[in-house]
Amino acid sequence: MRDSRMRDRRHAGFLALAAAVLLAASGGALRAQEHAGQYEQADIEFGARLYADNCSACHGTEGDAIAGVSLRSGTFSNASSDADLQAVIANGLPDTAMPPGEYTDAELSGLVAFIRTMGDVDPASLTVGDAARGEAVFLGKGDCLSCHRVAGRGSRSAPDLTDIGAVRSAGAIERSLLDPTGSMLPVNRPVRAVTRDGREVSGRRLNEDTFTVQLIDQDERLVSLAKADLREYTVLTTSPMPSYEDELGEQELSDLLAYLLSLQGVD
Amino acid sequence: MARFVASTCVLSLLLTAGLGAQVTADRLRNAESEPHNWLTYSGSYASTRHSLLEQITPSNVDDLELKWVFQARSLENFTATPLVVDGVMYVTQAPNDVVALDAATGRVFWVYEYTPSPESRPCCGRINRGVGILGDTLFMATIDAQLIALDAVTGRPIWKTAVGEPSQGYAMTVAPLVIDDKVVVGVAGGEYGIRGYIAAYDAATGDEVWRFYTIPGPGEPGNDTWSGDSWRTGGASVWLTGSYDPELNLTYWGIGNPGPDWNPAQRRGDNLYSDSVVALDADTGELRWYFQFTPNDPYDYDAVQIPVLADIETADGQVVKVMLWANRNGFFYALDRTTGRFINGRPFVTVNWAEGLDDSGRPIQTPQAPGEVTYPGVQGGTNWYSPSYNPGTGLFYLSAWENYGAIFEPASEPEEYREGQLFLGGRPMPAIPGAAAPPALARGHVNRWTEAVGTGAVIALDPRTGEQRWKFEMTDVTTSGILTTASDVLFTGGREGYFYAFDARDGELLWRTTLGGVVHNGPMSYQVDDAQYVAAAAGNVLFVFGLRE
Repeated sequence: MRDSRMRDRRHAGFLALAAAVLLAASGGALRAQEHAGQYEQADIEFGARLYADNCSACHGTEGDAIAGVSLRSGTFSNASSDADLQAVIANGLPDTAMPPGEYTDAELSGLVAFIRTMGDVDPASLTVGDAARGEAVFLGKGDCLSCHRVAGRGSRSAPDLTDIGAVRSAGAIERSLLDPTGSMLPVNRPVRAVTRDGREVSGRRLNEDTFTVQLIDQDERLVSLAKADLREYTVLTTSPMPSYEDELGEQELSDLLAYLLSLQGVD
Repeated sequence: MARFVASTCVLSLLLTAGLGAQVTADRLRNAESEPHNWLTYSGSYASTRHSLLEQITPSNVDDLELKWVFQARSLENFTATPLVVDGVMYVTQAPNDVVALDAATGRVFWVYEYTPSPESRPCCGRINRGVGILGDTLFMATIDAQLIALDAVTGRPIWKTAVGEPSQGYAMTVAPLVIDDKVVVGVAGGEYGIRGYIAAYDAATGDEVWRFYTIPGPGEPGNDTWSGDSWRTGGASVWLTGSYDPELNLTYWGIGNPGPDWNPAQRRGDNLYSDSVVALDADTGELRWYFQFTPNDPYDYDAVQIPVLADIETADGQVVKVMLWANRNGFFYALDRTTGRFINGRPFVTVNWAEGLDDSGRPIQTPQAPGEVTYPGVQGGTNWYSPSYNPGTGLFYLSAWENYGAIFEPASEPEEYREGQLFLGGRPMPAIPGAAAPPALARGHVNRWTEAVGTGAVIALDPRTGEQRWKFEMTDVTTSGILTTASDVLFTGGREGYFYAFDARDGELLWRTTLGGVVHNGPMSYQVDDAQYVAAAAGNVLFVFGLRE
């Protein structure tokens, strides 16, 4: 299902600023999906936008505007691994025009994914979302605040997303939207407990030890349970979050992803 | 088996925290009506650090046992007082992490980690005194002068506001004081030539509502108490949480030393409102009255104590709204907190910098000759250690340093102000050769602190006269706050690492244990289910005691 979605998305052809910049580099490109599967489409698209905003002025839209450096062909003078690339992007290069940049891990992952695939990718295949429209999806059709919380608004029953764009890569967020259960981190597995007097408590686990467990319950309250007082205690592996694969359209998903990536925490 | 018994108690009180337990402004006003909780730094707006819980009494205090400990991941002094709201404890882990724990078991719900800017320049350790709460939002003032709002359920940040510029020496160590819909804080940095202020922020947005500069600007009353441009860099910082009288709608804050600390010739005049208490309209921040304890302070005495509010019946049967204040300068004061009028005052330790107070409460200063010892020394007769007032006994309790002096050496030349750099204008020296040099007071591998340098004490005063009722003497000095309870138990600690319980009526030592570290915070008490707890921090560990089951 996810692959077909990806293929559909490649043909959607919606381009924002980054894609417009990249059009000139489209000749003979391979499909991103075929690039050894190493980089996720969402990361590449996120990186494309970042590249256009932050890198293209010096490196050029094709990544070869600086002598001795050709980003699109993988010719680097100071990096070989992805970690090297991230370090150069973050720290800059002393005594050169390459400045340090303040990027989150997600942004660095996106930039590297785009740079690594820019020689192969068909810019026309990139779907770049609009964060403002994505916020409308988040608040409206997606009804995300009924479970999640952003900057003090919304429910606490699911993880707070105030800084999700700073702590998760674009690819990871996209996977969560399309396949919540398959991509659910163990720390977010819901728990269900029944006390010896028959009271049921379910919620999101915050902390656990041999004898106790602490959680935010279904009523958004902090609860501390002693396991000796429980009749049942279960860690669930199915996410209560629905998949948005069939709920949202191609563009809506891209917009929603762009909005989530814009959530960088409290300044 | 005992563990399971305790756990059963935990279970029955579980579903109490969170959205169903919003801490409203009215709850803060009426904190005394829910003594199982501890909703503000000093336990109530009156800042009496007096708990109405009565389960632990002078007759059973010997049955106290350790219930749980929280080891902070911090090497800074643990000076914070925890809040407890309906079974959940919120405490800071220095410098600026916030931790939510199950108050009955000490198990952690969440930790909010904050890394202060490397530009922050705390004079005296990256300490923090705790959080404030309103609704389901916590507020923390950081050492890099930011005010942060956190979701009390999830520990996630909601907003962050810059209160001051850390690279200029502005910092914050106070626990915020929440009044109605505002969060009130003050800035530290009195050793860096700041111009201090107290400011209120909208609890929902973090927007500044009002700001009161603790040094008047040109054209404002009091600016002429600073010679030349010295007002610009005069310090007058704020680093202890204030109090609030809802009836008068006045909030009271103690103001720190003028700068440079030890060269008064560089800032001639009274230096208002340094070393003062100010009474501000809580809605607007406008000054209603002030009382200055130490004009033109050359000793770094500050006036940074907790304003303790009490209603006391006088000899003629009148009930007077007073403010009780044992000052670092060695004098105890009772003020009328409606007007700021001086009621009475007298020394509670050896004092020679002044021979007394005049009818208005102004000190009659007697500066000592160069090289001679001034009493009290730079750390004062007391300091930021929270005192307590027990309406049951009618006594005021404080931690004191007795017979402790210092030799003050002002610089011979005016010190040039450099932004973000220490601005001291001289130095204090220990009165006893070889003793730990204040203000660091660090102990080496050999403890050179002896009774010759000074001794600590818990002192009970009659606030009507300032006369001493009882005293417990310690060999070393004490930096611990004091808690009293309605059952007339007094809890405190000290630098020797003991945690004590006294009979608040007569000072009889009822119980003690050793915590293995200096007690820097003020003990507090709370109740979960049917069990009363007492918490005190020593070293970087929080210890929680309750009665043996």
